[in-house]
Amino acid sequence: MAGLAATFGSGAMTNPISDVAGARCLFVIGSNTTQAHPIVAHEIREAVRRGAALIVANPKRIDLARHASIFLQIKPGTDAALILGMMRVIADEGLKDTDFINRRCEGYEKLAESLAAFSLEEAARITGVPGRQIADAARLYASMKPASILYAMGVTQHTCGTDNVLALSDLALLTGNVGKPSSGVNPLRGQNNVQGACDMGALPNVLPGYRRVDDPEARRIFEAAWECDMPGKPGLTHAEIFDAALAGKIKAMYVIGENPVLSEADANHAKKALESLEFLVVQDLTITETAKLAHLVLPAAANAERDGTFTNTERRIQRIRAAVPPQGQAKPDWRITCMIAEKLGGRGFGYGEAREIFDEAASLIPAYAGVSYERLEAGGIQWPCPAKDHPGTPILHVERFSRPNGKAAFAAVRYRPPAETPDSEYPLVLTTDRSIFHFHTGTMTRKSDGLNLLGREEAVVMNPADAARIPAADGEMVRVSSRRGEVQARVKLSDTCPAGLVSMTFHFAEAPTNVLTNSALDPVAKIPETKVCAVRVERTQPGRAGT
Amino acid sequence: MDDRPPAKRIRLTIDSASIEAAEGSTVLAAALENGIYVPHLCHHPDLEPAGVCRLCLVDLAGKGIVVSCKTPVAEGMAVRTETPEIASIRRVIIELLLANHPWDCLSCGRNTDCKLQQAARHAGVDESRLKRLRRTDRVLPLDRSNPFFTRDPNKCVLCGVCVRTCASIQGTGAIDFIRRGFDTAVGTLGGKPIAESSCESCGECAARCPTGALSIKESEVPAREVKTVCPYCGCGCGVVLGVRMDRIVGVRGDRENPVNRGRLCVKGRFGHAFVRHKDRLRMPLLKRNGKFEEISWDDALDAAAAGFGMRRGDAFALLASAKSANEDAYAAQKFARSVMGSNNVDHCARL
Ligand code: SF4
Ligand code: SF4
Repeated sequence: MAGLAATFGSGAMTNPISDVAGARCLFVIGSNTTQAHPIVAHEIREAVRRGAALIVANPKRIDLARHASIFLQIKPGTDAALILGMMRVIADEGLKDTDFINRRCEGYEKLAESLAAFSLEEAARITGVPGRQIADAARLYASMKPASILYAMGVTQHTCGTDNVLALSDLALLTGNVGKPSSGVNPLRGQNNVQGACDMGALPNVLPGYRRVDDPEARRIFEAAWECDMPGKPGLTHAEIFDAALAGKIKAMYVIGENPVLSEADANHAKKALESLEFLVVQDLTITETAKLAHLVLPAAANAERDGTFTNTERRIQRIRAAVPPQGQAKPDWRITCMIAEKLGGRGFGYGEAREIFDEAASLIPAYAGVSYERLEAGGIQWPCPAKDHPGTPILHVERFSRPNGKAAFAAVRYRPPAETPDSEYPLVLTTDRSIFHFHTGTMTRKSDGLNLLGREEAVVMNPADAARIPAADGEMVRVSSRRGEVQARVKLSDTCPAGLVSMTFHFAEAPTNVLTNSALDPVAKIPETKVCAVRVERTQPGRAGT
Repeated sequence: MDDRPPAKRIRLTIDSASIEAAEGSTVLAAALENGIYVPHLCHHPDLEPAGVCRLCLVDLAGKGIVVSCKTPVAEGMAVRTETPEIASIRRVIIELLLANHPWDCLSCGRNTDCKLQQAARHAGVDESRLKRLRRTDRVLPLDRSNPFFTRDPNKCVLCGVCVRTCASIQGTGAIDFIRRGFDTAVGTLGGKPIAESSCESCGECAARCPTGALSIKESEVPAREVKTVCPYCGCGCGVVLGVRMDRIVGVRGDRENPVNRGRLCVKGRFGHAFVRHKDRLRMPLLKRNGKFEEISWDDALDAAAAGFGMRRGDAFALLASAKSANEDAYAAQKFARSVMGSNNVDHCARL
């Protein structure tokens, strides 16, 4: 989460999930919370029951919109314009928290400049939402305190994802909604351990604890601990790795528990990249679509078969425990990696059990320093937890921000349109969504007969007006194509999508939606724009084979 | 963080016990929290009181008989959980419920964990009166449409716990009371099978049903339980896996976990079948002539070391998992950096 790290000094959720119900205003943007984070959705509805104002911004009329005081049905990819418009209203109407800005922040001029160049009228024109509604949302958010912002992939999966996040953090700073209970800026992480994988340094530019690999001082600490020499040049990101593989620069790849053939934007490209590798090792629970391309497949233990820790979206470190033995000769991921490392002469991989790895990580990551398996027996701990007697930190930035001078930084924000806009050839916008019944590429949920029954197959959700033009009936098989590929799936008529917008999930190998999506990257966070791409929907001709 | 200030403590006596309860709690909740059983069906600690089953009647000194689930505690209150009058009212309510209830307790999924059994045992029921009272052999069709739970209207006591759970906890409102009088039932809009309703299959209703009316399919009584965390989304809900031998036979939400406080969504509660799925990999596989062949771990490690060993540095990349544990991610990036000499490490966070 590059945006938040720049403005607050830390990219994680600022407040705990249990805080949500206490907010007086909730601004939920780019998150279909009911489907993707059901338990957070419960807390949101609880807040509404207690009288909170709920503002929902989403291109689709998602379920949460039913509970909203204001529903802002923005055009896809126009989040930054909406937020800039809201901030303009807050600044113009004197609703900002000057005291907070003076005491806790710096660089307000940068934002003021961005706002001067951006009017409410412009926000209305770009987002397609009436200015009056944007102004009402701004007033609610600025006056009903504490107010909390919740967002998910709908905000980040754009070429302008980092700008969107910067805009949200500016909005929170402008109104003093940070560092207090039930406030903050809260990214909802999609997968169980995204936060933990980041904390542990599974990133190309940072070591465990977010220390930069190009910082010689940081490298020295790890080189001493690991008894090795380390490269000081930041590595390639996810999307860049696939480009480098295709270009023949990356020759060997070790893929642990990921299924990029379905999850990667422009999945055909990713597949070609994997096929061009000289040596591909995939470690997973089953033969995924990615494992099919591997030279060597290693059987991993499921989470219920091993000990360890997860760190959830609110920075809570929790124990997972082996409930049953691994199937066959499957082994925990860490054990397999360590066995390979030792074969290759690596030092410091002779761990006997998961706890030893955790202890080593905790000794090198200050925010984890006070955490141990013993302490986690009594329940999870939210980082930072710098010492054995530290209770953990449910709310970030209470006294100071995590930046060197303790102050938050306002950022200049600019609206940029999505990389790909509809045209006569590809007249519709496709956005990806999730179903409550499945998870990610379905590697786990698709192995459940029950979940398959409830979420049977991919659906192209589209507005009846768009369907009438094709024409396609509800349930009819159609072909969806973009500049990058095509898939077939059945139409589901629904006015949750406005005319011009269609949505699909990517849970189904039978209809690999990500062959359609755009791999154009956000220049900072390098997240591809899977939330917006231009597509065409046609009837399938009889006899034509599926893709 | 709950922003409400800690509640004041109230002192009262229930039967002969002197107890303390938080201001604002009900007499029933206070009794149950202090280990004093008062029969009840429609009460659930997660839900607002409904006061429909009328079993939780108590006698308040100076006030007479009240429904304890709707009576807030007050300083110095003296409560009696049973009087001859209360006992006889309770017995009649129970007998009327049992008169329409199937008598297959031994094979019922809720056996020994059933609030109707518990209340009946407490009230003491008379077998001959029960036989006389039996109104009809009403056998209503079961709704088996949901893959994870069965609805048996014959065992329903109309406590409304499922209806309130679905409306207020799950927020879906898939079920409600339909029809009236003797025919009153819990059903979906238009009486359609539950699988065709707006139900999201979270199973929260079944988890709270006091009887066998809503029962989880394919669940077995666990021999032991293991506390862990749901493997799906970033919420990190606490789950308690029910285990028997080497199988997971049930899942319940961990009420002590501050994230979900016992609640789960459909994936967390019912999405564990993959663990034992036939497609699970059980041996390392090496591709030879386009086909996967099972090999030993020793051979697999040799193959991995040979393949990686000659492609270190910039020629190597690792994708770690955002689904497995911190320990895995840590070991993976340490391997890439210290053994393979490459910072080409990333995971799925961006997607
Ligand atoms: S399973 Fe969940 S959604 Fe379905 S009826 Fe029960 S509480 Fe409602
Ligand atoms: S139970 Fe549902 S909401 Fe909770 S962590 Fe699992 S998938 Fe997420």
